Amino acid sequence: MIQHLTSLPVLLPMLAGILLLMPPCGKNQSLRRFVSVTLSVVTFLISIVLLLKVQADGTQVYAIGDWSAPFGIVLVADPLSTLLTSLTALLGIVCVLYASAGDDAKGSFFHPLVHFLIFGVNGAFLTGDAFNLFVFFEVLLIASYALLMHGGDKKNTRAALQYVIMNLVGSAVFLIALGVLYGVLGTLNMADMAQKVGLLQGDDVYLAKIGGLLLLVVFALKGALLPLHLWLPNTYATAIPIVAALFAIMTKVGVYSMMRVYTLIFGDDAGELAHMAQDWLWWLALATIVMGAVGVLASQDLRKLIANLVIVSVGTLVALVTVQTVEASSAAIYYLVHSTLVTAALFILADLIGRQRGKVADRITVGTPVSQPKLLGTCFIIAAVAVIGMPPLSGFIGKVWLLKSTVNYEYSFIFWPLYLLASLAVLFAVSKAGSTVFWHHQTKFEGKVTDNRSPERIQQERVQPAELAALLILIVSAPLMSIFAGPLSEYAIDAATQLHDFNNNINIILSGDQ
Amino acid sequence: MTLLWIPLLSLIGSIISSMTGKLTRNQSTSLSLLMPFIALCITISFAPAVFSGEEVRETISWIPLLGINIAFRLDGLALLFVFMIITIGILVIFYARYYLSSKDSMPKLYSYLMLFMTAMLGIVMSNNVIQLWFFWELTSISSFLLISYWWYKSEARKGAIMALTITGGGGLALLAGLLIISNIVGSYSLDVILASRELIQSHNLYEVALILVLLGAFTKSAQFPFHFWLPHAMAAPTPVSAYLHSATMVKAGIFLLARFYPALAGTDIWFIIVSLTGMTTLLFGAYVALFKHDLKGLLAYSTISHLGLITLLFGLNTELATVAAIFHIINHATFKASLFMATGIIDHETGTRDMRKINGMWRYMPYTATLAMVAAASMAGVPLLNGFLSKEMFFAETLHQQLLGSMSWIIPVLATIAGAFSVAYSARFIHDVFFNGDPIDLPKEPSEPPRYMRVPIEILVALCLLVGIFPNFIVDDILTSASFAVLGGYVPEFKVSLWHGFNLPLLMSAFAVTGGLFMYTQRRHLFTFQASLPPLNAKKAFDNSIYVMIKWCQRKIGAIENGSLQRYLMLMFLIVLLGAGWPLFEMHELVGTKELTPVSMHSAVGAALLMIGAISTVIWYRTRMVSLLMISVVGLMVSVAFTRFSAPDLALTQLTVEVVTIVLLMLALFFLPQRSPKESSSMRIIRDISISAGLGIVVGSICYALITRPFESISNFFIANAKTGGGGTNVVNVILVDFRGFDTLGEICVLGIAALGISKLLINLPLFMPGSDSEGRPWARERYPILLASISQSLLPLALLVSVYIFLRGHNLPGGGFIAGLITAIAFILQYIAHGSNWISERLTINYRKIIASGLAIALLTGVGSWFFGRPFMTTWFDYFDIPFIGNIELASALVFDLGVYITVVGATLMILAHLGELTANAPKEEVNI
Repeated sequence: MIQHLTSLPVLLPMLAGILLLMPPCGKNQSLRRFVSVTLSVVTFLISIVLLLKVQADGTQVYAIGDWSAPFGIVLVADPLSTLLTSLTALLGIVCVLYASAGDDAKGSFFHPLVHFLIFGVNGAFLTGDAFNLFVFFEVLLIASYALLMHGGDKKNTRAALQYVIMNLVGSAVFLIALGVLYGVLGTLNMADMAQKVGLLQGDDVYLAKIGGLLLLVVFALKGALLPLHLWLPNTYATAIPIVAALFAIMTKVGVYSMMRVYTLIFGDDAGELAHMAQDWLWWLALATIVMGAVGVLASQDLRKLIANLVIVSVGTLVALVTVQTVEASSAAIYYLVHSTLVTAALFILADLIGRQRGKVADRITVGTPVSQPKLLGTCFIIAAVAVIGMPPLSGFIGKVWLLKSTVNYEYSFIFWPLYLLASLAVLFAVSKAGSTVFWHHQTKFEGKVTDNRSPERIQQERVQPAELAALLILIVSAPLMSIFAGPLSEYAIDAATQLHDFNNNINIILSGDQ
Repeated sequence: MTLLWIPLLSLIGSIISSMTGKLTRNQSTSLSLLMPFIALCITISFAPAVFSGEEVRETISWIPLLGINIAFRLDGLALLFVFMIITIGILVIFYARYYLSSKDSMPKLYSYLMLFMTAMLGIVMSNNVIQLWFFWELTSISSFLLISYWWYKSEARKGAIMALTITGGGGLALLAGLLIISNIVGSYSLDVILASRELIQSHNLYEVALILVLLGAFTKSAQFPFHFWLPHAMAAPTPVSAYLHSATMVKAGIFLLARFYPALAGTDIWFIIVSLTGMTTLLFGAYVALFKHDLKGLLAYSTISHLGLITLLFGLNTELATVAAIFHIINHATFKASLFMATGIIDHETGTRDMRKINGMWRYMPYTATLAMVAAASMAGVPLLNGFLSKEMFFAETLHQQLLGSMSWIIPVLATIAGAFSVAYSARFIHDVFFNGDPIDLPKEPSEPPRYMRVPIEILVALCLLVGIFPNFIVDDILTSASFAVLGGYVPEFKVSLWHGFNLPLLMSAFAVTGGLFMYTQRRHLFTFQASLPPLNAKKAFDNSIYVMIKWCQRKIGAIENGSLQRYLMLMFLIVLLGAGWPLFEMHELVGTKELTPVSMHSAVGAALLMIGAISTVIWYRTRMVSLLMISVVGLMVSVAFTRFSAPDLALTQLTVEVVTIVLLMLALFFLPQRSPKESSSMRIIRDISISAGLGIVVGSICYALITRPFESISNFFIANAKTGGGGTNVVNVILVDFRGFDTLGEICVLGIAALGISKLLINLPLFMPGSDSEGRPWARERYPILLASISQSLLPLALLVSVYIFLRGHNLPGGGFIAGLITAIAFILQYIAHGSNWISERLTINYRKIIASGLAIALLTGVGSWFFGRPFMTTWFDYFDIPFIGNIELASALVFDLGVYITVVGATLMILAHLGELTANAPKEEVNI
């Protein structure tokens, strides 16, 4: 079994999806929930085991069908990809656990779809083959589309439709890009492509450039980089929040692909094509941060606010990726994990808050107070402090790190002010939102509020144990990521170092040398 | 490790006191006092060492790779602050015991107060700048919680957000500044930074770093023009104000100036910014304080003014000025804390803080009045009190500077004027509140407060007097060692004493006192004058600018994210056009070296049809049925092209996919309007044609460039190994099920998920069903043409047989699971068309969900099967067997995988069909023919 470990974070979710469609899980809801949660935990544990193995033994290459690279498809488990599969699996646990409290019954096939989505995401993280990446993009796209419609209404279906059409166009562009690249390079394995790109002569260089730029368009669309981010705010804000929480990882797939493709294929050793479009990406990333900050200030409900926070974090991540140094990439890796977890936590909180506030839901306005102010308020403060990037939680370390890693970069004089002003906007908007939602009540008299909801209703709206567990998994990660910042930083730096080690990557993947 | 315990104990105290909700107030208070008290004892134990010039350090590793460690140090400056923070903290906690009403939660206040104390202790003891920033921001968070203590009050919420925004913004600037400085010196350690004065000041980023650090200090210390958050922070309970605005929060900025004085001060830019800001704040605060009717408002502006004074002293760039600044830090903390507490008593006892109502309190609470008057006199700088001493030093230092060249005399003059204002508002505080006639309709009948509520004030006022009368005896040691730390190991000769003889500073003091008293007596004129000025409301300005900004953001977002899919797609296409088109222009030669094949008649006609089909689809897109038919022409021509260029597998796939999609699309079209209205303006059409033509040209050129170039790829490997390694002669199929079977596994998953998704979307979806076509013609009477029904039924077994054949031969000849699956699906689709979905669902009770799942399971498990032979996932196996009656045949594991593909394809297609069909089957009217 152990030699197949590398394939398990991909295959297990798929198996889970299948099992959940089959009898006896297909009909029996409580059994389905149990199996779904159990399997998500198993996926997570397996991912962690793989991560530890990679740490101990170095990068693992798994040749599917025993066809070695570049002819067959290989899965490549290195510190970065295993970190991300573990993160995805963790989000998976949170998602199915939370939904088991009732959200999963709002539509059909929730649990299998979540596992299929994880299948797609993990596949995209682990694959070393460009066309296989396309396939996994398709898997996660179709699964995410189905999940977007879960429990949906008119507004949500409309946003989901835009999402799927944009992404279908994206898929077409992806195919064209792969066709062009295959036409020039004659191979699809990313390491092999990287090797061949450096050897291109004459006009072939420009054809490869076309392929590379088109790939970038696709990743930018997935990652929601300006101006291809427009689909995101509405999509995330109208999806049911637990799905939006799971989607916290989706933009990261785009960013991750950028990281991979633009350090490996079009990295330092790509000859004329080294770091192409880096300037463009940099400015677009900065514009994305600004756009996200403007959106954060403009948001009138919590979910929209969080969706815009996602955009800010995407801009920040892409900016870091563009810098193309080990320091910046390691900061990006830490920030990526942090922002994924905290965004997911916020989406869940927005759901719980919205549910307990009745008609006003999660709108940032005067309204009915939540019925569990202590619990939700505390969690909100923790998540808010983390997302704003204030001490003592993970956001603070991310912030310090990313600033530190760009201190000598030539364009930091513009990045720093923009980023810090965006942080200030986030600080203002989030604290304003929190104080309005928790403290600004319709009827106020010395803190006592008359509540005309029936006790049964309030009981119903209370946070269920499964929901609380899911929420806490995310909430405690913020202090934990700060307390264990020492080992985590070591890990991130290690992952970034390997990401940038071109020759080593090529050797490991193409010859299986480890 | 003892040093670490000082902030840690306060943190533990915070946690403990948050859990004292069940205890009585006295128990809660004493428990809460315990931890800071121990911390104070520890501090005192360090005092002798520090006074003797030692610096105590402790370091714990946290994030070593980033250079961020937990590092504490205790030098003279830190000791002074630690001492103030804990002592005043203890007094405030004690005081709050009597201040809070029974409705207010005491554990909450104590817990936040001590959290705040922890943060402050962390700032002053940090030896690592990142850690310093850590605690710096922690004070912002905890002060937010403290100011919003009465969260149900609007002004508390607003004040808290304002404080957080301003100080948080300053905090961000500070972080940037600190990072730049650390980058210059190459370390986060304060020890290193403070020792690198020349290095920092000669660096070309020094100015930037300085301004950023000063932004942090000035926002925190409420320096003009960032002062306005402080008065609004007065919405907090008075103990909180007493703590935040005397010894802690606002002093953090001052501390920062002192801490970085050795590294950053001494330059012209430091002097210009710091002294001018300090001077402006000093004058502005003192002036505004006079006109505040709210007691706490008066104290708030007086605090601003005194902070300006200290800032100005640091800006003067002389050693003695720095000593004076440190001295005033101590004095201001003592008298301001006691004044806030006294105000709290008055508020507590009278129910209001409006000085126009509170008069003549002397009669009701003479004891408190005496205490408050002593403290206020100290604030005014009256001799025998500590405020006098530091003010005297301040005046003296303003005289000794030569910073403005020939205009340097202006500084002492302005200082005297500010001194006069501070006398005036102190006089107002005393006279208005305690004398000046009788109180005017107070909400409560005032009386002396509980005995112990006065104790903290008594202690502080006693300190004011002791320091004022015996300055050397009380403060010499701590002042010397703090100055030693700030000045970087050098203390000038200074002598704090009550009597310096008749000299200029004394004269200035005299002027200030008489001028201030005169101003107070003439206050009516001043008030009228002030009232005639245009109202200057910083809060309104702040609120307005925020409001304007948010509205602007909302307008912009509304304009950009307008929800128009057309716009989003246009952007996407434009970017694709740019990305793909730009490198084309960089190319030297589009056409490659390969020789072109001659164009045959067939190819030309095919290409023409393809183009006509594509263009017609667009032209007739508003008549959807026609458009759909045209798409099918395109699809058909593509499959013809595949055949023409020897790709039979692709042709078969394309053909079957085409059939299935067209039928499904027709089903979907049934629910949509058959015509769509004309919506595009002519300009829009031109725009869209340009974009699409551009894309066509670009993609076409790329394709042409690619196919005219020699091509080397890994495909030769596939051709060479298909038979020997994959056991099949149909390379395409071997690629699909073996070489790249993993892709296929993913793709059938996509198909399965798509079916699930469509079913999910369509279940219980209420859709409008037209009773007639767009021309108003009713649907055909004959729902199921007999001819079609009977033929389709007899075709079914035949079609199934064909699909089995196609499936089985797939590994060696064109065919395979995917195509076979589609053929089967088409056979069933025909049945649906011929008989309607009700007829089918009666006869075919299949759970498609299970079919899809089992198809996927077969494919997946086949792949997993190779594990049992010690091979990686999806390693295939094949062999040739001689089976009686059948002959020599090949058995391959890939065939089982292909079976999974087949089943999934059938299941998914039929599931989609069944769900679309069901929609119409549930029609209330008679069944519609689909």
